[in-house]
Amino acid sequence: MSVLILAEHDGQHIKQSTRQAVTAAAAWQHPIHLLVAGADVSAVAAEAATIAGVAKVIKVEAPHLVHLLAEDVAAAVQQIAAEYQVIVAAHSTLGKGVLPRVAALLDVGMVSDVVEIQAPATYVRPIYAGNILATVQSSDAVQVVTVRATSFEAAANGANAEITSAAAPAAFAKVRWVSEQRNLSDRPELATANVVISGGRSLGEQFNTLLEPVAHKLNAAIGATRACVDAGFAPNDLQVGQTGTVVAPELYIAVGISGAMQHLAGIKDSKVIVAINHDPDAPIFKHADYGLVADLFKALPELNAALG
Amino acid sequence: MKIMVAVKHVVDYNIVPRVKQDGSDVEISGVKMGINPFDEIAVEEALRLKEKGIATEIVAVSIGAENSKDTLRHALAMGVDRAVLVQAEGKLQPLGVAKLLKAVAGREQPDLILLGKQAIDDDAGQAGQMLAALLGAGQGLFASEIKVNGNEIEVNREVDGGTETVALQLPAIVTADLRLNEPRFIKLPNMMMAKKKPIDVIAGTELGVDFASHLSLLNVAEPAPRKPGVILNSVAELVEKLRIEKVLA
Repeated sequence: MSVLILAEHDGQHIKQSTRQAVTAAAAWQHPIHLLVAGADVSAVAAEAATIAGVAKVIKVEAPHLVHLLAEDVAAAVQQIAAEYQVIVAAHSTLGKGVLPRVAALLDVGMVSDVVEIQAPATYVRPIYAGNILATVQSSDAVQVVTVRATSFEAAANGANAEITSAAAPAAFAKVRWVSEQRNLSDRPELATANVVISGGRSLGEQFNTLLEPVAHKLNAAIGATRACVDAGFAPNDLQVGQTGTVVAPELYIAVGISGAMQHLAGIKDSKVIVAINHDPDAPIFKHADYGLVADLFKALPELNAALG
Repeated sequence: MKIMVAVKHVVDYNIVPRVKQDGSDVEISGVKMGINPFDEIAVEEALRLKEKGIATEIVAVSIGAENSKDTLRHALAMGVDRAVLVQAEGKLQPLGVAKLLKAVAGREQPDLILLGKQAIDDDAGQAGQMLAALLGAGQGLFASEIKVNGNEIEVNREVDGGTETVALQLPAIVTADLRLNEPRFIKLPNMMMAKKKPIDVIAGTELGVDFASHLSLLNVAEPAPRKPGVILNSVAELVEKLRIEKVLA
């Protein structure tokens, strides 16, 4: 028996979260296969085949897979699922859409957002917005699991896996992709960045002008609080928190962020947390490794200058 | 168009949950409970579709113990037309919930099923997708905007790195994200009236589906606390500390 991982990619490259899922999947000590679905993914499949620990890459190509709709991807997984004991994906938009669908089609339960695999069917996962960690055991014959990518190291290159092809199931006729709006940025991806600098609502219209230069110097991803996003100062996909993106960088810098429970849930696995806030009583200081009580409109330019 | 909305009775979002002394579960006895906030957004969306003249009837459905009636009353007070409780005791998991919801959908024949994107207790985020799979329907997850065009619904959804729009043929499943709307405030008279409205109760065991749990909870624990932090005096000091921590390049 083997482990199947639903690979995530942008059409050009494998995403970091897939490499992290490979590390997670090693816990089962079975051969690891990657499913790469898309319209024209030979290059992606070739890259996937080099990830250390990967035994086989299954390429599923079809013109209708140019935009990966969960309904179509779930069908592609389902058609080969009988060969697998474990089906894994990162807990990303794609994984969250596809794997519950796969589990229901296979009539098995599912375990979401796993942060630790203790034994082949025993998992630790956060509940109640990360305030509690639950250890759960699954009794299903097929384990369907999404993993919190940042809880696992990314697998490096080192394999030369076989690449095979499987036919794509017919397009799911009841769903049609219409359009997308990607917030293109040359910054690292928020979920997997080594450094994240986030701003709160108090940055206002200066959100970008204040954060960008510092983020550029730190090669950091930019994040925002829900309040900041709701106020329209930052786009939705920058929201950090339990209901936004969960981050776990080496360095997290919270600027003008008071530290609401939802936000803290999304950053608590960061290695070093820095808080800059003018209010010394802000809850964020209780969770930060280093706090600076300062006016962010002065401190950010100062930080920018100090970083050279 | 008929809408079914699934609502879950959960620990109130303002409560910081505590672990039972023996670590066997989260302490929820005596804790304030309420409607799952994402489900409340789903209810609000259904109401708005009715106010626009698109929806004709809204049925709220909850799966759980007797106390789930409180959450159904909340939905009734917001303005849904009917409420159904599928009584099922014990630990329920998303697959079982999805199967029970499918059975209710078989009776109600809704054109659109709305749910929250996840429940704030188990944070699983599976029920909507599983229900869509079981019904062979399309799924519009993490919706931040819904437009109905005849037999098709256009859903703007929040995805990693931006937003995406998909068109789903009805009947379809849509799960609500935070920015779909702001749920209305319930006026006291509406709450009082909702107390008198009947709630249909169906025993889960009558629906002929296996909703047994596939997952057992071994224990729960609070995450390890972080070591106490240090308050610094200047940006220069901060940069120095970060260099010592080797987190600055």
